[in-house]
Amino acid sequence: MANPLAFIGRKSISFVEQVGGVIFLLGRIFKSLPKLFGNFGLTVEQMSQMGVSSLPLVLLTSVFTGAVSSVQAAYQFQDFVPMRYLGTAVGKAVVIELGPVLTALVVAGRVGTSIAAELGTMKVTEQIDALETLAIDPVPFLVTPRFIAGLTMLPILTIMADFVAIMGGYTVALLFLDVSSHTFLSGLKMFFHFRDVIAGLFKAFIFGGIIATIGCYQGFQTRGGAKGVGQSTTRAVVISSVLILIGDYFIASLLF
Amino acid sequence: MIQIVDLHKKFGDNHVLRGVNLTFERCETTVIIGRSGCGKSVLVKHLIGLLKPNQGKIIVDGEDITNYRGAKLFRLRRKFGMLFQGSALLDSMTVGENVGLGLRHHTALGEEAIQERVKSRLALVGLSGLESLYPAELSGGMKKRVGLARAMALDPQYVIFDEPTTGLDPIMADVINELIIRLQKELCITSIAVTHDMVSATKIADRIAMLHEGRIIFDGTPEQIRQSKDPIVQQFIQGSASGPIKPV
Repeated sequence: MANPLAFIGRKSISFVEQVGGVIFLLGRIFKSLPKLFGNFGLTVEQMSQMGVSSLPLVLLTSVFTGAVSSVQAAYQFQDFVPMRYLGTAVGKAVVIELGPVLTALVVAGRVGTSIAAELGTMKVTEQIDALETLAIDPVPFLVTPRFIAGLTMLPILTIMADFVAIMGGYTVALLFLDVSSHTFLSGLKMFFHFRDVIAGLFKAFIFGGIIATIGCYQGFQTRGGAKGVGQSTTRAVVISSVLILIGDYFIASLLF
Repeated sequence: MIQIVDLHKKFGDNHVLRGVNLTFERCETTVIIGRSGCGKSVLVKHLIGLLKPNQGKIIVDGEDITNYRGAKLFRLRRKFGMLFQGSALLDSMTVGENVGLGLRHHTALGEEAIQERVKSRLALVGLSGLESLYPAELSGGMKKRVGLARAMALDPQYVIFDEPTTGLDPIMADVINELIIRLQKELCITSIAVTHDMVSATKIADRIAMLHEGRIIFDGTPEQIRQSKDPIVQQFIQGSASGPIKPV
C-alpha cells in the first residue's frame, strides 16, 4: 500500500464495478423472466435444493432462537413487566425480525455459498463458456431458476422458522419459566397483527433475491482455480450477510 | 469462410494479440500452433464472441460479427461447435443430457428424435451406450469424445478444437486425430484446431498457422512448415530448447 490515495481509488473503482455488475445481472435476470417456463424443471429443482436442503438447519436454528428469546425476555421482564406479555415479546421478535433475518443468514451460509461454489467451478472449468458456445444464455439457464427459487423458498422457510421458533419459546416458557400455556398464548394473540407477518415475509422475499443474486454474481466472477472458487464462496456469504442486515434496516424503516 | 483482420487484444498491459490476420477456408482443417500462453485460445475465443477484440475485425460468411451481442451472437454461435481443452462437460448432467443439451434448446425435436440424434452422435465418436453415465465416470479420452459429440450435435459448419489431444495417451490422441479427419472428410466441416502437439498438427492439418508474440509468423501447408527456413518456426516444430525462442 505505497500510495494510500491510489489504494482508496482502486477500491472505490472496484466497488462501483461490483455494484454495476450486480445491477447489470439483475437486469439480465428480469429480461430472462419470460423464458422461465422453458426452464421450469430447473427452477423446481433449485427450489427443492434450496428449500429442502436448508430446512433441517433452519428449523434447528429457529427452535433455539425462540427458546433463547423466551429466556431473555423473561429475564428482562423480571419484576417490571407481567409475564402475560412474554408471548407478545417472543411472537413480535420472531415474526418481525428474528425469523426472516436468521433464516436468511442461515440460507446465505448454506445455499449462497453453494451457488457461488457451483457456478464458480463451472466458470473455471469452462462449463459456462461451453453453454455460451452452444448458444445457451447462462443467465436464464443457471441464474434465473436460482433467483426464483430464492424469492419463493425464503418466505416459505421463514413461515416454518417462525412457527418452530414460537414453539421453542412456548416450550421453554412452559417447562422452565413457570408460565402457563394460557398466559403465553394469550400474550401471543394480544398484539398480533397480520401485517407484521406480511412485513416479515416481504423481508424474506427480498433476502432470498439478495442471496441468489450475490451467489450467482460471485460465481460468475470467479477467476483461477480452487483458490478462486474459495474466495468467491467467502465473498458470497460475507456480502450477502452484510446486505441482509443493511436491507433489514431499510425495510424496517419503510414498513414500520 | 472466416476472416480475421488485424486483430488486437490486450488484458491490462499484456498485449496478447498484436495484429493477427488469418483466413479459415471452407471444408479445410487449419491448425494454429504456438507456445503455451501465446494467445492461441484467446484468438479462437474471438471467433464465437467469448472475447471481444480491442481492435480489428472478424468476418464469418461475409458478416462482420466483431460487435455482435445478445440474440445476434447466439444466432451466430449456432454455426459453431467447440471442443474445449478440458472437455467442459456439464458435470451435473449425464453424457446423454450433455450431448442433447443444444438440441433441447434450439430445436423443436421430440424426446424420441433427440435420443436418436444423441445415439448417432455418440456412435460417431465410438461411445455408443454410455448415455446414462456422468462425466466423472469417464476417462479423459472419453470426455473429449463426448465433448466432440456435443459439439457435433447441432450439425455445425465450423468446429473449434482447443488442444484436442492434450493430456491423452498417444493412442487416444490418435483416435481423436482420426475423428477430426473423418468429420472433415465426411461432413465437410471447417475445423480450426489449436495445439502445440506437432504430431497431431501435421496429421490433421490442411494448413498450419504459427502464432508467435501476438502475430502469425507462418501460414502454409504441413509440408511447407517442415521446409520453412524461419529459425523460430524450426525451433518450435523440432521442440528444441536452444534457438531464438527463449524458454521462460
